[in-house]
Amino acid sequence: MTFNKTLLATAVIGAMLASTAHAETLRWTRSADSLTMDPHSQNEGPTHSVNHQIFDTLLYQDMDVEYQPGLATDWYVHEDDPSVWVFEIREGVTFHEGQALTADDVVFSLNRARHEHADMRGLLTSIVEVRAADDFTVEVVTDGPNPLLPNNLTNLFIMSREWAEEHGVEEPQNYAAGEETHAVRNANGTGPFRVESREPDVRTVFVRNDDYWGIDHYPMEISELIFTPIESASTRVAALLSGEVDLLQETPVQDIERLAQADGIKNEQGAENRTIFLGMRMDLEVLDSADVDSNPFADRRVREAINLAVDATTIQRSVMRGNSEPAGMIAPPFVNGYSEEMDEVLPADAERAQELMNEAGYGDGFRVTLNCSNDRYVNDEQICQAVVSMLARIGITVDLIAQTRSLHFAEMAREEYDFYLLGWGVPTMDSEYVFNYLYHTKEEDRGSWNFTGYSDERVDELTVAMGQEVDEEARNEMIAEAWQIVHDEIIYIPIHHQMLTWSMRDDIDFQVQSENTPHFKYLRFNN
Amino acid sequence: MLAFLIQRVFQAIFVMLVVALIAFSLFHYVGDPVLNMVGQEATEADRAELRARLGLDQPIPIQFFQFIANAAQFEFGISYRSARPVTDLIVERLPATLELAIISAIFAVVMGIVLGIYTALNRGNWLSNFIMTASLIGVSLPTFLIGVLLIYVFAVELGWLPAFGRGETVRLGDWWTTGLLTTSGLRSLILPAITLGLFQLTLIMRLVRAEMLEVLRADYIKFARARGLSKRVVNLRHALKNTLIPVITIIGLQLGTIIAFAIITETVFQWPGVGALFITAVRFVDIPVMAAYLIMIALVFVVINLIVDLLYYAVDPRLRVQGGAK
Repeated sequence: MTFNKTLLATAVIGAMLASTAHAETLRWTRSADSLTMDPHSQNEGPTHSVNHQIFDTLLYQDMDVEYQPGLATDWYVHEDDPSVWVFEIREGVTFHEGQALTADDVVFSLNRARHEHADMRGLLTSIVEVRAADDFTVEVVTDGPNPLLPNNLTNLFIMSREWAEEHGVEEPQNYAAGEETHAVRNANGTGPFRVESREPDVRTVFVRNDDYWGIDHYPMEISELIFTPIESASTRVAALLSGEVDLLQETPVQDIERLAQADGIKNEQGAENRTIFLGMRMDLEVLDSADVDSNPFADRRVREAINLAVDATTIQRSVMRGNSEPAGMIAPPFVNGYSEEMDEVLPADAERAQELMNEAGYGDGFRVTLNCSNDRYVNDEQICQAVVSMLARIGITVDLIAQTRSLHFAEMAREEYDFYLLGWGVPTMDSEYVFNYLYHTKEEDRGSWNFTGYSDERVDELTVAMGQEVDEEARNEMIAEAWQIVHDEIIYIPIHHQMLTWSMRDDIDFQVQSENTPHFKYLRFNN
Repeated sequence: MLAFLIQRVFQAIFVMLVVALIAFSLFHYVGDPVLNMVGQEATEADRAELRARLGLDQPIPIQFFQFIANAAQFEFGISYRSARPVTDLIVERLPATLELAIISAIFAVVMGIVLGIYTALNRGNWLSNFIMTASLIGVSLPTFLIGVLLIYVFAVELGWLPAFGRGETVRLGDWWTTGLLTTSGLRSLILPAITLGLFQLTLIMRLVRAEMLEVLRADYIKFARARGLSKRVVNLRHALKNTLIPVITIIGLQLGTIIAFAIITETVFQWPGVGALFITAVRFVDIPVMAAYLIMIALVFVVINLIVDLLYYAVDPRLRVQGGAK
């Protein structure tokens, strides 16, 4: 009897120990919720962050933004045809609802993401055909060699064809249809967590997928993940301080110091994949907002003067409280084509800047309007205010218009701006993306974010070529040449690379991911 | 009576149309929803195509006409942000807002009347002076600041109450969720209810106090005292009753205000109600949600005003004699 009791007690305690070691809840917050569970209808950060917990991609960027195999175990260019990428699909993977993963699901998912209602199709425009070579091999045919195709697939989640057909969601949500599809609030992925309950914008509860293919490869210490978005920055911080959440993504700059001093809380920091810079309209004869009968921005000397007058180091110190990395180029260090030499920030020199202004014939300065967002980037409006006072020193009178992002980007897209603030991330981790969108001449499907009017034949040529060159060395030479040209011409005024801060309970072992996408399967508890 | 009613209903419809027109014209100043709906890789052609699918490329009068036609049938389409029917979103969020509004209204009314009576009857003592001074702070501090202060003191420093959210909820019937039946739900309600009700509380308190002082000077109170009635009966039966008539009118009108102004409180406390839904919609330029919310709030006010008018009609014989209200 006594023996039995002891045995029972031991068993119970043993079970409790075992379960405490593996039953950890993590309460996670950030400012915005995922927009939809439908993995292909939105190309947006918070949505991808949530979907990465539920779904898998063929390959993904881990916490160091290195490419890692996900549902594809290997990928390479077809040996007979440089326009074909081959993906070998992991065997023995099942979806949360039990369907077995095959190449057919991958083909289905890629084609679904190419549908006209899918926002994700913007990343897949080079694809001509997706086909299954056998049950576990997928071939993707592109409209010419595309060395960057795999880089575009890191947020491309794989769904089950069977599940999609069962629920009538073979196509992504169509806004015009006026009704909600099953995929908006339900998900069936292969990922490390399954959704237990979801109230959009309120609370999403995930539980660990104990059948996950990677259960032995990753720590997988969280058994329950509770996500509650909190829009107000001060409430978000209060929730962490009061112990109601364990991990806070996107710590507001003004609270970093305070959280660092709080008991039991620590900050993790890292470079974010986003560079903040100023753009200038240089192709117009006369600027709309300027008080001179010419376009000062068309003169390289004026652009150089502005570059010298805008003091990124002061902005880093006084506006960003140290939480930024002054930049010389629009690409953070982990992007292919980054060069320390070009990212070097010249010391601000108002005297030399004034000389250049005199040489260019604008010794008395001029007046121009600067357009900024005030809710898109970290302290965006304050950055612009600092720029206004820095440019005043060389005689440029800047009228500042700071407004909400919905207006800022709409007016920017209508090409209404002479002088503007913009931030840019490089999701493909390759310079080609920067040239394609920011430097290439504005055309039908290239240069769509180039609002400077800059157009250079050689840069255009290089941009197209670097998207197709398969030889790595030749490609990197093209990238370096293109960077040199735009660097010498001073097309944009880079300010800084943004830094990311995540705050968490100090017994959590987790690092910042530069894409701002946490992969909770890597999180560990130190207890 | 019927003529009066019909006249009022027509006025209400006219007000709703004006609100719809103002709401609709505002949407053209909040920005372009399409840019929020597509990623940065989308081309100009992609954006134009989405704009066409949403009907945003139509001439403005046609857009307005469609908007009115749909709104009249309570058909607001699907949210640009979450791809869900707007009616579902609002119905899902409404219980949270109504519970918060009703609880904070009860808090404001009960505390307002009690404190109003106390300060009227005990003019000049230190507690009354303190309450009056504190009420000034309540009127002058903006709601978001009160919310942040309460969070700082009761959630962060003392750790007594939650800083955000609605706690655990229980489902009643098909669509109503309530936080009133769980401990965490009740605890979560305290800070937002105080924040939202504080302004109304001070308003009611000051009104009750002023009315009460007025009434206490009236002759019939003096006579009541002279008759030797107890202080309690005089104050609470004779004086208070007459004090409450204007107070009740104000309370009725303020209920609409509480629902409408829950926006700020809900944002500070991440309260999952319609106000927070509206703020998120504004940031995203989610036109269908903004439209539905504004129409709903206008409807609340119009209905409350209609009821108040009808009550006046019932109460005030002069309106009946003139055969209409002007």
